[in-house]
Order: sequence, then structure tokens, then C-alpha cells
Amino acid sequence: MMTDMRNQNTSPPVSDAERLFVVRDCALIAIATGRRALTLTELRDSLERVSADSIYFHFWGGLLQPRFEEREYNNDFAAWARHGLHDGILAERMAMLDPTQFEDIEELRQALLEVIDTRLDESEYLPWLRATQRFEFIRSQIVVFDTSRRLRQPAELAPLIGECSTSSVFYHFIDARRRQPDHRDDFQAWLAGFDGEYREQCDQLAGVDPYFGSLSELRQRLADIFQGISTGATA
Amino acid sequence: MTLLDGYSQHTGADVIRHLRQLAEPLQGLKVVHVNSTRVGGGVAEILQKLVPLTRELGVDASWEVISGGEEFFVCTKHMHNALQGNRVDIPQVLLDAYEDTNARNAEQLRPLLEEADVVFIHDPQPAPLLALCPARRGKWIWRCHIDASHPHRPVWKYLRRHLTGYDASIFSLPDFAQPLPHPEYIIPPSIDPLSEKNTELEADEVDAVRERFGLDPERPLVLQVSRFDRFKDPLGVIRAHQLAKRFLPALQLVLAGGGASDDPEGALMVQEVQNEAAADDSVHVLLLPPDAHRTINALQRAADVVVQKSTREGFGLTVTEAMWKGKAVIGGDTGGIRLQVINFHTGFLVNTPEGAALRIRYLLHQREQLAEMGRKAREFVRENFLLTRQLREYLTLMLALRNSGADRIELG
Repeated sequence: MMTDMRNQNTSPPVSDAERLFVVRDCALIAIATGRRALTLTELRDSLERVSADSIYFHFWGGLLQPRFEEREYNNDFAAWARHGLHDGILAERMAMLDPTQFEDIEELRQALLEVIDTRLDESEYLPWLRATQRFEFIRSQIVVFDTSRRLRQPAELAPLIGECSTSSVFYHFIDARRRQPDHRDDFQAWLAGFDGEYREQCDQLAGVDPYFGSLSELRQRLADIFQGISTGATA
Repeated sequence: MTLLDGYSQHTGADVIRHLRQLAEPLQGLKVVHVNSTRVGGGVAEILQKLVPLTRELGVDASWEVISGGEEFFVCTKHMHNALQGNRVDIPQVLLDAYEDTNARNAEQLRPLLEEADVVFIHDPQPAPLLALCPARRGKWIWRCHIDASHPHRPVWKYLRRHLTGYDASIFSLPDFAQPLPHPEYIIPPSIDPLSEKNTELEADEVDAVRERFGLDPERPLVLQVSRFDRFKDPLGVIRAHQLAKRFLPALQLVLAGGGASDDPEGALMVQEVQNEAAADDSVHVLLLPPDAHRTINALQRAADVVVQKSTREGFGLTVTEAMWKGKAVIGGDTGGIRLQVINFHTGFLVNTPEGAALRIRYLLHQREQLAEMGRKAREFVRENFLLTRQLREYLTLMLALRNSGADRIELG
């Protein structure tokens, strides 16, 4: 069971000795936990007990699952608050929780519980209101594998990204945020090792919000940024 | 051209490359799928493609079919209905036939199954094989293709004792899963873009089907493809059509589905639908044979708007098929339709005939929106509901089960 977004795992994608970028890929599969919620109180109770990897899944892992490209909210709890409970206030507050701002999943869990408790205190009817859709707690398993590709120079990123699977983009740009000590993506972490030469691209990468587009769109955005490394132009 | 090359044209080369890399640690693995029919039905349709595709990836996959007599199939038909919630009690004599049939099949299959690294048992028919292979060395997975969200309890209780020994099970949606003492994976079904039902068709073929059924190419066409079953609400679709027709007098409706000779309730429904349609020559009720895949394909392509106004639905693969053909779908707000139809993006979810009528009017008046939603629908299916995605998840599951089942597995 994962409990820490930063310390879990993992071999870094960058080999310090040669400053190689190790290209990895992943596949994620969903597992039912059997926990379901029809009221906010039930959601709260399950949230308190559900495994940390389930919380991870409902924030991040869902990006690799069937869903529409344009996400209204950045996590499944907020989406359920809006479309299941029809409570816009709760949905908005939940949507503002950014998992990268928390030390680990347990901290994120506590923040979620706090938002729910606050809302339950504010409303007389919410503790009893039945949602129009059940919330199904899902957890996931992620399989990470080495693609055998290695990059020596940042200029190799542009041709790489065009051929990358969307799950590889997920691994290096999204999953990385719980592996890297400062919640950066793998590309920034690698480029930062070139003595500030790619600061502009690092800033551009930091400005990419991965939540609201599809992984294909994200790949295109990254390709535009990496193109700037090859040509010296700004994306 | 290999099979994988064929899929690559639809999914993109990156998806196929990803599959090859995922399959790398599984090279030479002996994987056996077992079900109860080689032809007909969704499971056989999927396995016909899934097994050769898996083999192309270097995994030694095979497919075995158990055989049984009439009593066996009557029993498993009852089981199927009971898992879907019908209150069917199965007589002991049929359960005996079920167990005897599995025991007989086990005699033949035991060496292969006990040697296999991974065994997928599809649906309830071959479920008892696990206990009949005591020297098994691989991982055994029960794949449930049925909506078992509200099973008839006595039948589920009986079946459950055949399932508890499995290493994992697979359900199509979290809603469908029943508590079992092992990991329950969620793998939605998929469609095959290369099958007769989904392959690209020439315009001439679509025109010929229009002509065959007396459909006017100049008039807008609304279509629902499904069994004639109360839960698919065909009468509600006719009502929606009549309401929309007040604003769109040229509207045509096709309700296409299989005949129901072996299903007394279905036959009654067909009669009701035909009675309702009799007074309106813009409604076409088509009873098609089960192998009319190209006809269904052509009708879906001919339609302007596709409706699946179910009040209860499993996954709703007819929705997926229509979306793959670039159609916006008006779907009932239930089951797997919710996973596919996204309001204002790939279509609309509705709860009443009035709601369906309103959306038919909207879409037929907003032609640009209709085209844009159709484009998004096709892309959504490409990314999420093609056979290659299901294959990827089977490979991932095999890797996960063979590597301790931890939530994070690092290979290589």
C-alpha cells in the first residue's frame, strides 16, 4: 500500500553518472474496493478507511482510465460532489485540493476529511441527502517498465515525445510528481541538471496544468516545448 | 500485414509499441481462455480476435471451449438470467448436469489447464473447472461479462462457492462486482474496429441498406439498435420520435433488433412495438437475424442521431459502436452509458421520452454541433474502448498477478 507520494519507489529516471534520461512506460489497472457511498457521511467514513492507493487513483490514476478529455474537476470526489450530491460548494472546495501540495497521501486524506467535515457542519440536510449516483471507491495497480530507450541530450526529447505512448507521458509528467522530492516532473528534474541552460523550458513545463486536457493533448504541449530545445525557439 | 498492423491504423503506432513492450516479460507464457461457445455472442466475438492478437505479441495463448448437452445450457441460461436479477430458481437436476458437464470437460482439459501459467474462465459456464484441476500451477481468473449488480441471491450463493478459489475476477464496471475474497479487477468491454459490425463501409453499401428498408436519404433518421426488451424502452423511443416529429415532420425512426422466437417476453414486446408503430409510417421496426452485422453497421452509418434510451443497461456496446461511427448518442442515464455519453460532448443523457425528443430536436437543428459531437465521440472510443485497450489491461493484469499483486510493480 502506498502511503507517501515522494518516498515511494523509485529509481530515478536520470542516471547521475552519465546524466542519461531513462525512458519508462507504465500501465494501470483498476480494482474495485467494494466500498461505495450514497451520502456524504458514507463517503467520509470510507475515505477515512480506504487505502491510500485508492485516494491516489481518484486524483491521478483516473487520467489513464476511460474518461472524457475535458475534465470539469481535477478529482473524482469533486465530480461526485457536483454530479452525485449536486453540492456545488463542496465540489469547488474539493477541486482546489492539489495533491502535489501535500507531503503524502495521508496529509491529503486529512485535508479532504476537513473539507467534508466543514461542509457537513455548514449544512443541515447534507448529512442525510442521498446522491443520485453512487461513489465507487476504486484502487489501482501500476506496472512500470523500462522501454530500453536512453536520452543523452535534451535535444533528443522532441523526437522522443512524438513517439511516446500517452502512458509514458503519464509516468514522466504526472506520476513523477509523487516520486520527485520537489513534486516536479521527470523532464524538469533532468533538464535542471544542465546548469540552468534549459531554465526557460523548465519554467514552461512548470506552467503546464496536466489536469484538464487529455494525455494526447499533454503530449502535444510537451512536444511544442521540447521543439524549442532543438531549435532554440520558445514554445 | 499482421493483425497488429491492422489495428495500428486505427489506434496509432504508439499504442501497438506499448503493447509489445508490455508483453515483453510475458514471452512464452502459456495462457488459456475457456468459454462455452466458439461462435455467437459477445465473448466468442472478442476471443476470436483477442487470442490471435495475444499470440502475435509472443504470448502462447489458446482458447478452449467446453461442450455440454441441453440440460447444461438450460442451467447456464438460467444462471445468466439470475445473475442479471431475474428471480429464477434452478432445479437440482440442472445443477447436477452443470457439475457433471464440467467434470467431463475437465477430464479432457485438465493437462492443459494444470500446466497453464494463466487461465481465464469466462462467465459461469466453466466456473467449476478450477476445483477440478487440483494440480494447477498458474493463476486463475474468472471473467464475468454479465451485469451481476443485483443477482438473484440463491443462485449467486451457489455460484459463489465455485468462484472463491480463483486468484482474481474481472467485472466490466465497479457497479457489477459482487464481494469475492480476491482482487476484483475492472475492465470495461471493447469493440473490434476490424469486425463486420464496425469496419468502414462504402457509401454504396449504406445506400443499398437505406433502399432495402425504404428509408429516404433526404429525411433525417433516428436509430435505436437493441433487443426488443422492456429495459431498452423501445416504446419510449417511439414516443420521443412522435414528440420530436411535431417540430421535424420529415423525421424517420428505425428500431432495429433481433427477433425473439425463444423469448416469450421479447415476442410480446415486439408485438407491442409493432402495434404502436402500425399507425405511423415514419417508424420502421426491423427484425434482423443475429448475423446481420453489416446491415446494423450500415444503419448506424446512415443515421443522423443514434438513441439508446435504456432504463437499465449493462455497458451498452451499441452506444460504443455508434460513437465509433462518429455519431452523437442520446442515451438513457444508466449503467455504462454514463461512462460513454457526456452531455454536450459526445451526446446527451436523458431520463424520459420528452428528454430524448428535446435532444433530437436540438441536434437536428444544430448540425455543426452534431458533427462536432460525432467527431469527439469517435475519438473518445478510439482512446478508450477499442479491443487493444482491453488487451492492454489483460496483459497488465497478468503482470500484476505474477508479480505479487503489489499496488506498484517495477519491471526491469
